[in-house]
Amino acid sequence: MKSTSQSVPTATSDTLEAGARLSFGRRIGLWLENEAVLGYVLMVPALLLIVVFIAYPFSLGVWMSLTDKLVGTPGKFVGLANFAKLLRSEIFYQAAWNTVVFTIAATVIKGVFGMWLAILLNRKFRLARFTRATVLLPFIVPTVLSGLAWLWMFDATFSVFNWTLKWMWQMEISVFGMALKENWGYFRGPLWLGSPALAMFSIILVNAWRGLPFFAITLLAGLQTVPPELYDAGDIDGTNEFQKFWHITLPLIKPIAVVVTVFSFVVTFSDFQVVYILTRGGPHNSTHLLATLAYQLGMTSGNLGEGAAAALFMFPILGLVILWQLFYLRREGSD
Amino acid sequence: MQAYVGETLLKRLIVFYIPLFLFVAAMLFPFYWMFITSIKPDFELYNVRRSPFIVSQATLEHWFYLFKETMFARWAWNTFWIATASTAISLFAGVLAGYSLSRLRFPGSATFGISIFITYLVPPTLLFIPLASVIANLRLLDSPWALILTYPTILVPFSAWLLMGYFKTIPRELEECARIDGATRLQAMTKIVLPLSMPGILSAGIFSFTLSWNEFLYALVFISSPQQKTIPVGVVSELMKGDVFFWGSLMAGALLGSIPVAFVYSFFVENYVSGMTGAVKG
Repeated sequence: MKSTSQSVPTATSDTLEAGARLSFGRRIGLWLENEAVLGYVLMVPALLLIVVFIAYPFSLGVWMSLTDKLVGTPGKFVGLANFAKLLRSEIFYQAAWNTVVFTIAATVIKGVFGMWLAILLNRKFRLARFTRATVLLPFIVPTVLSGLAWLWMFDATFSVFNWTLKWMWQMEISVFGMALKENWGYFRGPLWLGSPALAMFSIILVNAWRGLPFFAITLLAGLQTVPPELYDAGDIDGTNEFQKFWHITLPLIKPIAVVVTVFSFVVTFSDFQVVYILTRGGPHNSTHLLATLAYQLGMTSGNLGEGAAAALFMFPILGLVILWQLFYLRREGSD
Repeated sequence: MQAYVGETLLKRLIVFYIPLFLFVAAMLFPFYWMFITSIKPDFELYNVRRSPFIVSQATLEHWFYLFKETMFARWAWNTFWIATASTAISLFAGVLAGYSLSRLRFPGSATFGISIFITYLVPPTLLFIPLASVIANLRLLDSPWALILTYPTILVPFSAWLLMGYFKTIPRELEECARIDGATRLQAMTKIVLPLSMPGILSAGIFSFTLSWNEFLYALVFISSPQQKTIPVGVVSELMKGDVFFWGSLMAGALLGSIPVAFVYSFFVENYVSGMTGAVKG
């Protein structure tokens, strides 16, 4: 933007009338001096992206969920048949229930252990910066790639966990003087991804492992805003560590804790990658989440209408979270 | 930060060093595992009687395999330039929207702010099926542009939200002074506010780049030919074919695909923490 000779920053009606004689570029420049005009113009790129690639696909998704569209066919309107079909299928209830269990368990683990790690990292110690950077690693590397490492660690034959369990088992045997080497072959260890309950546990573990650093680092940012004088005041009043945490730390970091929990809830609720890499929904659909079910119906089976319907079942919960968050932010903002 | 004076060494060990060590070990073990697996020869890798924790005859064969027999280098290039282009688009849109929403008063700005916030909470898993047909209609299936144009939908809301917080920390008076000196509104933004917001813009940029680098679902759905794939999709779909997985090469690919983002982040982790704090306070 070239600087104009105009010394008055805002355009008055006089200058606008004189604008008839001004060059096109100059007129655009004057026009952009209007606060509202500039405000709208600056919103255009973001809104364009959101309308074309979020708002439009979302409404298209609602339409598709009401059709029997397959890959490569236009599909015809079938009303709520896709939703009704899902509500009659066992796999849907399984996926919905799994999504609830997965989201709550993983979010609670991330919240509790993330808070603990944040408190540890908030202390002064050598290598503090370095430690902070390293614990963040699980969160920043591609989930599917670290998921591959977990898949290998959970391997039915070569699992490092099972090797360690077996080794400890053998140690115990040798310590207590029972049969030695021939027992080596007997111990198999759990099939981490092969039985429904353990597979569920495993995907929760991996999701929590990945998301925990985000909680920790973000809560750490919150902890650093707590003035140390408050803890000194607490010391004078003779409070213990837990009371300090409960009555001083927690209320002060509540806003940041709410933001990080909501963000994590949304990401966990809509998770796809961990399950896709580790179990693909198996064994016997016992680890399907709504997102992986939608993928299986829409992409693997090519039944786009049903897939879109399954994905839309996520919307009511996400919508409630969004509404609650908006309400919460507004209330906090008016304080 | 708390100093914790007068704590005995034993107490410090129990409440601090041991838990911290366990956390760090748990967070880093999978990366150690990728590394050790990637340099083990197959006869060590697939032998349950050996300790899996150590390697006796380290080899680079899996790494060579990755570059000779797969398109890994091509995937890395695709990932890099898709992430760069979508980050550029997101920062452009995010900076403008963030500035507009935090600095300018105009009718409807609150509604725009809320709609950006809502899109921030609409996950890709909700949209990928209809979005695939939008992409197909735009004739973009199997093209890097499918990803370059869709990634910003994930990134813009976050960038705008983070930058709004940052812009609010810059005193309005600075801009007003500039405008009294004859700067236009746009000049006040580009010459005063944006240079002062570089830490926030940098945070948003790093975050956008890593999110694009890591994205999986859209890349899985929109891209089908092997030479167009990104690292996460390429490694998962091209190296895990059939029943036999090449674990050495898989882990080499996983490690190599993780290093660039880890590298970018390691320089900016403090910056990221302050960026988050700024956004949350804002």
